[in-house]
Amino acid sequence: MGNEPKTAPQFSCPVPLPARDQVLLGHGSGGKLTAELIRDVFLPAFRNPILARLDDQAVVNVNGVRLAFTTDSFVVKPLFFPGGDIGSLAVHGTVNDLAMGGAQPLFLSAAFIIEEGLPLATLRQVVASLHEAAAAAGVEVVTGDTKVVEKGSGDGLFINTSGVGVVPEGIQFSADQARPGDRVLLSGSLGDHGIAILAKREGLEFEGPVESDSAPLHTLVASLLAASPTPQSIRCLRDPTRGGLSSALNEIAAQSHVGMEIDERAIPVREEVKGACELLGLDPLYVANEGKLIAIVEAAAGEPLLAAMRHHSLGRQAHIIGTVSDSSPGLVTMRTLFGTTRIVDMLAGDQLPRIC
Amino acid sequence: MCLAVPGKILEVEERDGSRIGRVQFGGITRPAYLDFVPEAVVGDYIMVHVGFAISRVNAEEAARTYELLEEMGLLESEGLGPESSPDTGGDAP
Amino acid sequence: MKYIDEYRDERLARALAAEISRQVTRSWVLMEICGGQTHTLMRYGIDELLPPQIELVHGPGCPVCVTALETIDKAIQLASRPEVTLVSYGDMLRVPGSHSDLFRVKAGGGDVRVVYSPVDALNVARANPERRVVFFAIGFETTAPANAMAAWQARREGLRNFSMLVSHVLVPPAIRLLLNSPGNRVQAFIAPGHVCTVMGYREYEALSREFRVPIVVGGFEPVDLLEAISMLVAQLEAGRAEVENQYVRSVCYEGNLPAQRIMQEVFEVCDRKWRGVGPIPQSGLKLRPEFAAHDAEQVFELADVATEEPAVCISAQVLQGLKKPVDCPAFARTCTPENPLGAPMVSAEGACAAYYQYRRHAVKA
Repeated sequence: MGNEPKTAPQFSCPVPLPARDQVLLGHGSGGKLTAELIRDVFLPAFRNPILARLDDQAVVNVNGVRLAFTTDSFVVKPLFFPGGDIGSLAVHGTVNDLAMGGAQPLFLSAAFIIEEGLPLATLRQVVASLHEAAAAAGVEVVTGDTKVVEKGSGDGLFINTSGVGVVPEGIQFSADQARPGDRVLLSGSLGDHGIAILAKREGLEFEGPVESDSAPLHTLVASLLAASPTPQSIRCLRDPTRGGLSSALNEIAAQSHVGMEIDERAIPVREEVKGACELLGLDPLYVANEGKLIAIVEAAAGEPLLAAMRHHSLGRQAHIIGTVSDSSPGLVTMRTLFGTTRIVDMLAGDQLPRIC
Repeated sequence: MCLAVPGKILEVEERDGSRIGRVQFGGITRPAYLDFVPEAVVGDYIMVHVGFAISRVNAEEAARTYELLEEMGLLESEGLGPESSPDTGGDAP
Repeated sequence: MKYIDEYRDERLARALAAEISRQVTRSWVLMEICGGQTHTLMRYGIDELLPPQIELVHGPGCPVCVTALETIDKAIQLASRPEVTLVSYGDMLRVPGSHSDLFRVKAGGGDVRVVYSPVDALNVARANPERRVVFFAIGFETTAPANAMAAWQARREGLRNFSMLVSHVLVPPAIRLLLNSPGNRVQAFIAPGHVCTVMGYREYEALSREFRVPIVVGGFEPVDLLEAISMLVAQLEAGRAEVENQYVRSVCYEGNLPAQRIMQEVFEVCDRKWRGVGPIPQSGLKLRPEFAAHDAEQVFELADVATEEPAVCISAQVLQGLKKPVDCPAFARTCTPENPLGAPMVSAEGACAAYYQYRRHAVKA
């Protein structure tokens, strides 16, 4: 046991894991595992061209009217956090998915899956918040559902909202529309929502309030449409929710078969969010946002649309953060603060806080 | 394998025989155990790893060595390199 | 953030890189030990700033990568027991054991929780007296004092439902192993700044003298690493082989004495098995007999696991700096972070994972 090795030490490999046979938490993270699940389980089952676009919403044609249709489920824990709660989030998330398709959101459904034992007062609070958010966003909740599950089967409350809206003529936003030369616009600071949630869960104390940025983006989108030189100037809109900016850009790069080059200097991150990320070993590029959007637009439209964003209350911190390129299709790279290059890859599962 | 972050001690309290600091990191405050840095006081910066301070930042040494770096940075940007021997860059404190 | 932002100053980084270029007259192979340092090098693309004569290779500074397979299997065994709550630092959750990993155990209903601090682990035990809480205590010397405090506190309090599965590893024996290995190309080391914050750098003097290698204790920000590299190159070019300290704001020669004291009180040095390598003598820490009541190895009767290590990837050579991740035929193809074949791809700090995240475009199509 005490001899020096005579051959080179073999710091070798663990046995590769067998093919995944169960669903893991990472499958819900919005990263590669999620993409795999969609690709391997859902897409083959529901084979159709609309779904295959993998946009945040589906645009369907019904008797000549173009409707945007989307669904989203909300499983956030804790239910209440600085800047919102599961109720307001449930409205904003679905409204935003519709807005990313250029749609005017109109109607929502709201299905509640409630864990036995949830205090009625909590439910009332959530419902009130949901109603308020819907009213502020100009949408109506017109149908719903209620289920109660046994204690232990849920996290207190899960909500699913589905939404419909109307897409104006000529608008065809989709993740496969990005072209080399296009500009990448980001409407504001990264990481606020994810950090607000984590802070509440982990008891982090902030000097200035870090609140979730949860907000409905459809009026911001409307002002972008109004300022857009042509209907095709905007290629694609995405809200970087779970998986963060990185997932959204990687998805678009993959669907459009293009590369993307972004600039770290242009990306706004609040001091408190930066500090929390340093402390926990997290990268803001991977943290969820609920009130921000990315716009891929044709080069000439970059400045006018940036101005339109900044003019809107939800886009004051907007920046042009990069360009779409034709080199390395599917790869998102970033110019670091040092002028060197790094890859912004999609994470496999959830970002794990590191201690090293 | 050691993510340790520098923070400033805002307050110190005693709890169950341990000194615990309320430490400020950028815009956040978090508690950190000060058992390994008995000399650290309010106003000091400490390096925190998994909730424990592992060192008190040597502000004087940090300032001194940083100044040297800055001078070199300035020289660099003016196109002037160091004129002295190769040992210049390798002085240990 | 003070003591961070100023060490990310681009102007200083470029000045240091220029200084290095000026000093270099031939090729040199340098190794940084710590995974956190590798992370910084990759994230800021430091290798792009360095002159081509400087080759950086990445050391085994990732306790997640080198934790013995048996230990991970034991953790998985424990976590699978219905009465056990396993608490762990985040990075360990995805490391594959022989057949599973902690994430999968969690998916199967095991009570596995992530903690950021050993104090959190104690709190879980206090709040759940009916659960048997096991804290997966891994890390290099940096984390040992905090983990020691947990054991010390648990004993003082008589926290009977709390135990620790300890798998600490020590850096100097690993460096010794590398330096002794026949294929070693590394000519100088950046020693891990936070390990040395705790332990000081006395131990590295023996290594430097015996093997005639320059060693500089380096920090974790880009300017720290570039300054450390500059100091190493100065030594190499001048034919010196000494231990120097770049990370003066955190490291002193003796290290942190109160931290070392608690480590000595709670842990003792032991032989430790490193993943794939086998035992490296006197390279680990385990709980002293007085803490047996909180030593998961003793509290639980863990079945001895027979494990086998197939050599399907070149991580052995990567960890020694003989090869780069991009040299591996499996890199970014069959071996990816979500489907790791080897230890360095598993951990967020592993060289391959860092390369994958930041530098994949160097792979020839």
